[in-house]
Amino acid sequence: MMKIPLGLLAIIAGFLTLAMFTTAGWDLPPTDDVQTGFRGTGMVQIDDREQVREERAMNQVPEPPWELDTSGERAGDIYENLQVLGDLSDDQFNRLMAAVTEWVSPEEGCNYCHNPENLADDNIYTKVVARRMFQMTQAINSEWEDHVAQTGVTCYTCHRGQPVPEYIWFKDAGAVPSVGMLGYAAGQNTVSIGATSLHTDPFSALLNDDGEIRVEATQALPSDHVASIQDTERTFSLMIHMSEGLGVNCAFCHNSRAFNEWTESTPQRMTAWFGIQMVREINQEYLEPLTGVFPEERLGPLGDVAKTNCTTCHQGVNKPLLGAPMAADYPSLWVPPQSAALSPGPSVPTQLRSEVVSE
Amino acid sequence: MAEYINIYTQTQVRGPAEMGVPLTKELWPRLGKPGFVHLFGRFGNAQIGPIFLGTTGMVSLACGAIAIVIMGMNMWASVGWDPVQFVRQLPWLALEPPPPKYGLQILPPLREGGWWLIAGFFLTASILLWWLRTYRRAVALGMGTHVAWAFAAAIWLYLVLGFIRPILMGSWSEAVPFGILPHLDWTAAFSIRYGNLFYNPFHCLSIVFLYGSTLLFAMHGGTILSVSRLGGDRELDQIYDRGTASERAALFWRWTMGFNATMESIHRWAWWFAVLTPLTGGIGILLSGTVVDNWYLWGIKHGIVPPYPEYHQGMSDPSMGAGQ
Repeated sequence: MMKIPLGLLAIIAGFLTLAMFTTAGWDLPPTDDVQTGFRGTGMVQIDDREQVREERAMNQVPEPPWELDTSGERAGDIYENLQVLGDLSDDQFNRLMAAVTEWVSPEEGCNYCHNPENLADDNIYTKVVARRMFQMTQAINSEWEDHVAQTGVTCYTCHRGQPVPEYIWFKDAGAVPSVGMLGYAAGQNTVSIGATSLHTDPFSALLNDDGEIRVEATQALPSDHVASIQDTERTFSLMIHMSEGLGVNCAFCHNSRAFNEWTESTPQRMTAWFGIQMVREINQEYLEPLTGVFPEERLGPLGDVAKTNCTTCHQGVNKPLLGAPMAADYPSLWVPPQSAALSPGPSVPTQLRSEVVSE
Repeated sequence: MAEYINIYTQTQVRGPAEMGVPLTKELWPRLGKPGFVHLFGRFGNAQIGPIFLGTTGMVSLACGAIAIVIMGMNMWASVGWDPVQFVRQLPWLALEPPPPKYGLQILPPLREGGWWLIAGFFLTASILLWWLRTYRRAVALGMGTHVAWAFAAAIWLYLVLGFIRPILMGSWSEAVPFGILPHLDWTAAFSIRYGNLFYNPFHCLSIVFLYGSTLLFAMHGGTILSVSRLGGDRELDQIYDRGTASERAALFWRWTMGFNATMESIHRWAWWFAVLTPLTGGIGILLSGTVVDNWYLWGIKHGIVPPYPEYHQGMSDPSMGAGQ
């Protein structure tokens, strides 16, 4: 008579062992959970305390180089070729340069962007890129309050001490139809974002181009709304990216019973919506136009410039750098960019570009 | 007593192999010299073979093999013919249907989903021929054709997913890719696209019959095993000549829940629950996109979606201008 319970136990133990080896992401207690929606909807955020400690350690913010002093002569009157930061005081300008060096090129130093013989020289491409990135940072902080709120961003939000931010993306060469007769995968069906088999590159269409993310019908019965299963899978892939990039589950923004319904969603979904618009502007207005500036080895397999997505800033946490207000120490990053329409590129003579700016 | 109460079959019969009734007008012979495998005997019948494939079986296997080879070669090509990646990524790989731009074109370019239609044709031919085989073998043995019709219910769901619904929607791209994880991602995307399949009443019915099937399976299997020491496993004998096993099984359920099936009717319950799972499921899939475009909104309209109180104040679609 003991054989049945023993057999059952053996089978259960077998399945549990299998499950342990084949599933990932085990969280040992203790965990903290916060309810984010109506009871019974499963809308809850679970924080594993051990993981939270790891995140804190990974999101330490560097201190400002020294006390800010905005008085004195303007940097633009002292130094040549200051197109974006000329209104800063001499001290403020040098403080920002010192901070940027620590944020972006701590090992390479000033010469990563500057010609030591002539600091105003624009012939090093990184200097042209950096100028555009200052404008971008100013635009993000001054125009995208709906997404970055009062926290704002600095170069460090993405760069984290590296000349090239760790989380960037290029157009996926594998997403174009196969060359031979065989092997059509429609840009999916390989180990993709979040270990799904969904699109490997949902970004080109949805974060670079203004592709339609919304696929769900807004009426009960069929209408002129058309969205293919493939469009849906592409949106799904982008959403998995957001989930992975922010370290949250679907219910952080959505009530999964009705993904499309705004009244069932959390306020974070509105923040995320503005984030998507912001990333599109960053890619379209600030990064794509720099394509000609970068040397070939910095471009992707299809010759496109490195672009941003949610992970570029968020890096696995729902508030980049866990919401540390480091940008508050740099008021110069909050002013609206003076010349957002500035056409970058070393092909334009420095002299000429200065004139464009001064207008 | 103990040999009756266990997980695996403890008793195995050994004797001359059962060769079956003589074949009369069949084109193909029975193949293989029968043998006995002890391990198989623990789960089922220890005798293996002879097997009869016949014309339908042979053609079905050939079509199935062609379909599998087409799928496999496309998957392998999609990782650049790298054998290591083919094995590592196999669960992620798929043969994808053509993109929406080709609509219902009979043969889109092979490099853009044409192979999916060819593989689908051979797989469907294989399945339909195997169905014919189950039907004809049942008739040949003088049996009813219940198994064939149960199989047909599953084929209905398969055809709805890959053939009937794509035709109604006007595009092969609506069909399911051939792949392990890709077909699961397809399923999730399908539910999202059509506003949550859980509010589709036919999906509800399908789940009822699916879970009901597992419940009935456990109840019936448990009941028969528990009276097998009294001869309960000889179910047909117990139907015609009700013995103590049948009496006790009936009494057990009547005492437990006031009602009991009979030795025969429990098999009707099981058959209908199993058959109705894909039948209702297929109807649910067929109505998605053709008759109903968003099951959640449809459920609101018809009062099957419970309204929740507003949890977050002032939520609205930012693309409509509010919140900016």
